[in-house]
Amino acid sequence: MHSIPGRRLIMALFLIFLLLPIYWLVNMSFKTNAEIVSTMTLWPHAPTLQHYKRIFTDESWYSGYINSLEYVVLNTIISISVALPAAYAFSRYRFLGDKHLFFWLLSNRMAPAAVYALPFFNLYSAIGLFDTPWAVALAHCIFNVPLAVWILEGFVSGVPREIDETAFLDGYSFPRFFIKILVPLIASGIGVAAFFCFMFSWVELLLARTLTSVSAKPIAAIMTRTVSAAGMDWGLLAAAGVLTIIPGALVIWFVRNYIASGFALGRV
Amino acid sequence: MDKTVNQKAWFLVLPVFLVVAFSAVLPLMTVVNYSMQDTFGNNQFFWNGVGWFKELLDPSTDLGGRFLASLGRNLFFSLVILAIEVPLGIVVALSMPRQGWTVAACLVILALPLLIPWNVVGTIWQIFGRPDIGLLGYVLNHIGIDYNYVSNEIDAWVTVIVMDVWHWTSLVALLCYAGLKSIPEAYYQAAQIDGASRWAVFKAIQLPKMNRVLLIAVLLRFMDSFMIYTEPFVVTGGGPGNSTTFVSIELVKIALGQFDLGKAAALSLVYNLIILIVCWIFYTVMTNASAERKPQEGAA
Repeated sequence: MHSIPGRRLIMALFLIFLLLPIYWLVNMSFKTNAEIVSTMTLWPHAPTLQHYKRIFTDESWYSGYINSLEYVVLNTIISISVALPAAYAFSRYRFLGDKHLFFWLLSNRMAPAAVYALPFFNLYSAIGLFDTPWAVALAHCIFNVPLAVWILEGFVSGVPREIDETAFLDGYSFPRFFIKILVPLIASGIGVAAFFCFMFSWVELLLARTLTSVSAKPIAAIMTRTVSAAGMDWGLLAAAGVLTIIPGALVIWFVRNYIASGFALGRV
Repeated sequence: MDKTVNQKAWFLVLPVFLVVAFSAVLPLMTVVNYSMQDTFGNNQFFWNGVGWFKELLDPSTDLGGRFLASLGRNLFFSLVILAIEVPLGIVVALSMPRQGWTVAACLVILALPLLIPWNVVGTIWQIFGRPDIGLLGYVLNHIGIDYNYVSNEIDAWVTVIVMDVWHWTSLVALLCYAGLKSIPEAYYQAAQIDGASRWAVFKAIQLPKMNRVLLIAVLLRFMDSFMIYTEPFVVTGGGPGNSTTFVSIELVKIALGQFDLGKAAALSLVYNLIILIVCWIFYTVMTNASAERKPQEGAA
């Protein structure tokens, strides 16, 4: 693939632009509050782990991370497992209302979360799921399921139809064909779809905050609470922020090879 | 490859249909119900017909004025970030290293902002831009630029836009990169034999191949910027004044702040309708584009 002149410089500048604000957050999380407020230092002169220690020892803090991960994983599993058969159907067959259904699904991906915040609150309170990870996981399906269907449909379409036909001639039943042949063939597509589901569920806050109060509160909401308590505890805020970046960074590291090849296989 | 007609495929789609209908149709019914009513608290509701909708579209009323102003701000915001992020994303994608470990490193760093929770993105920029403890605000003020996103409207706008560029340009870049990767090396060799210039290669080979991913990128970026809530809310809280109050922020203010359920529901429906229309236009353009592409590919 052919690149443009000065590409190293452009890339370097852009990466610095991306990393500088993150560096500043990491930098602050290792400073004492006195150092943050009183002086401007480019790196922590008196590095401290006090903020991290506080987060890992205080249950009201670390439980937030567990809650967040719980609903994100639930949501990813639900989204992928319902989206897989649908993606196959959209890719291989024509059926009554297929185009309208596909558009309707996509339009839900585009619906603003703010519109649904209040009705979701009513709905999940009424069926007794309020303040559980299930409420948030199901609520996030509204934008993750359509996205997963969309991505997976592209990958299924990339599998030649002859493979289906050969498998059926060989006597595979549909479920066995699906699990034994199709799923391994589009493994990288499932990886990409799971990556996107994880990403959009992990970063969403408005619905997650509205649908939880105590026992399932996500970390991102706990952060906002502590900011207002007794002035600004900047160091603690920064440390909590850094810890929310880590799961995302880990997920990216695992799918880094799929980001390059996986994206291209599907929807291009 | 023609698809076969098979009505049994509905069984495969059914789980998706049920999950999404549960999350989308039921709540939407509640919204429609509320939008026709007025409430004075105590769960007492009064029929209000299309009153809220009339007010919403009339700029002389309080509700209508606020809605149309925030809608205007939101459209302006979306256009500005699209105008910056799409060209920048293409340039970044073209600047990707060709091979070696730097490819993986660049991809990981590019994807990093995408996986930071949105309110943490807000927090990062809130801290980064503060004149007293943030690097950006501190440096700007010390080289003589009077920068303060809390009190100055233009500074607040610049901060929100730069934050969005920081947050989302990577998505455009990653999609474009995937598009570029799918171009066979033979195309470039042919271009080289023809003595095509760098610009000609971009215009005749790379841009057409990126067409489809670019449409997806524009679609996703337009929609997401049109419903942006968390990041500007954390950084500016919609201020100073109302200068960075976008539609979602206005909506949450009315719904959860003032608990004006009727007004909020009417606003939701109109908001949703606008997004639906834009979405439909994009979808039609996209399906037409791929329908046009198929015969070409068959010929080649």
